[in-house]
Amino acid sequence: MSKIKKTARIIEKSTNIIFTFCGFLAVAFVILITGFLCVSGIPAIREIGICDFLFGTDWSPTSASSSYGILPFILTSVYGTFGAILIGVPLGLMCAIFIAKSANEKIAKTVRSCVDLLSGIPSVVYGLVGMIIIVPMVREVFNLSDGANLFSAIIVLTIMILPSVISVSETAIRSVPKEYEEASLALGATKTETIFKVIVPAAKSGILTAVVLGIGRSVGEAMAVMMVSGNVANMPGLFKSVRFLTTAVASEMSYSSGLQRKALFSIALVLFVFILIINLVLNLIVKRDKE
Amino acid sequence: MQDKISLGRKIKSAVLNILMYLSAGTIALILLGMIGYILYRGLPHISLDFLTQKPSLVRETVGILPNILNTLYIILITLVIVLPIGVGAAIYLNEYAKNKRIVRIIELATETLSGIPSIIYGLVGMLIFVQFCSLGTSLLAGSLTLVIMTLPTIIRTTQESLKTVPNGYREGSLALGAGKWYMIRTVVLPSAIDGIVTGCILSIGRIVGESAALLFTAGMANEVYGLLDAVKSGNAGSTLTVALYMYAKERGEFEIAFGVAAILLLLTFIINLSSKLAAKKLKAKGAK
Repeated sequence: MSKIKKTARIIEKSTNIIFTFCGFLAVAFVILITGFLCVSGIPAIREIGICDFLFGTDWSPTSASSSYGILPFILTSVYGTFGAILIGVPLGLMCAIFIAKSANEKIAKTVRSCVDLLSGIPSVVYGLVGMIIIVPMVREVFNLSDGANLFSAIIVLTIMILPSVISVSETAIRSVPKEYEEASLALGATKTETIFKVIVPAAKSGILTAVVLGIGRSVGEAMAVMMVSGNVANMPGLFKSVRFLTTAVASEMSYSSGLQRKALFSIALVLFVFILIINLVLNLIVKRDKE
Repeated sequence: MQDKISLGRKIKSAVLNILMYLSAGTIALILLGMIGYILYRGLPHISLDFLTQKPSLVRETVGILPNILNTLYIILITLVIVLPIGVGAAIYLNEYAKNKRIVRIIELATETLSGIPSIIYGLVGMLIFVQFCSLGTSLLAGSLTLVIMTLPTIIRTTQESLKTVPNGYREGSLALGAGKWYMIRTVVLPSAIDGIVTGCILSIGRIVGESAALLFTAGMANEVYGLLDAVKSGNAGSTLTVALYMYAKERGEFEIAFGVAAILLLLTFIINLSSKLAAKKLKAKGAK
């Protein structure tokens, strides 16, 4: 009897340890990622000088007087994200309202399946379609020599953030208490007025979450924008070929060496800091919402 | 009654309504247009040869067999590693952890992991697995990178379904004298199986669609490996998405790229359907 108890106790103890270990592995991964990024990213920043690195406007690591300024990439990422949010959020929000409130159940279901499917399509497929359809179209419409520019990237990013914007804001809109709607209707507001003046303001924080998620998604997107943005380290302009933070890392990684390679890790570190800030904002919004 | 609403209000409502229909229509149109175009350009290139050959300049064959196999291998290796870890972590969070603060820290970590963009995973995976662990650019290094990436998904879905297991089950089992591990193994886990399955499907979807994280970890080779070779270090191979990227961006062979894109679309469709089915099942169980 005591023997069984002893083995049982050992098993209990070891499973306890194993599960605890699994639980903390996620924390360990975060620390590992942060550690590796810092260790490989900081030396180059130190060598170049943090001001020259972050605010330098010229990225030409292979020229004789090599310079490593990543302001073009930072600004491109900011502008690109801003553009995608500017188009994507109104479009997505309208679509979310349509699905949640307006349409009859069958049409809403169809649109929702469309959105689900959009979110599952791999980013390289978006890139391919962008390369073949959007880039030539932009070139024709605006009469440019090359359609691979910031504008094309913004269009592709817009389409890519739509699914998360729509599904998160739809959930937010659905969770607004029915009483709000009924009270507003009873006071004589039309259905549309109720939606835009009562329900949407009530779902504000959920919609804000959707926006921040969209920002995170479009800052982090690499492959699709690489295929449509032209990939040249210019200061951003709407119809200039540009390079994002993400694509800057990806495009030179395969052949770079020395300081240039180290600088790429520094760019990744900057991107990582951006993402952490976005995550922090997201957490704050969700927390405030709970309270 | 309707007449009492002023013209201005009516016009405003009408405009907003039209905008709403327009947005929903635009999105549906974008999707259908995209799918239609990809299938139109891609389907004609899909043939038995395309699916079962490997590309060779000498024999002038084009084919994506290596990429299909590599995708399968990476899915398999990743799931084999991530499932025990993720389910274990979820069990810890739901059954063992008593300290609220620790749970919060772990949940914060998983949220952070799920927010990190895949290009950073690719870079860190290269630093850790390819260089530090000296696995070389290989399917194994790619899979290990994806393990970190898919871990949050598995933890979240498993945890959600663990929460639906009634406490009475646990108490009943413990009251009958079962140890905690025995209780988890025989009572809790079997009831949580559909959450785990949902997590698997979502992870497979993520792996199939992933490219940036694999570019520098799993490499770009188009070789056919056996299952045993696939887990060896140094055997690089590109998945379908990476192959699509290479064909479209580096070589300009758009016909092949569209063929791959069509196959990816079909896969997305299948994964989407099965995840919906699994979610429905999970929901039905939660309602019981």
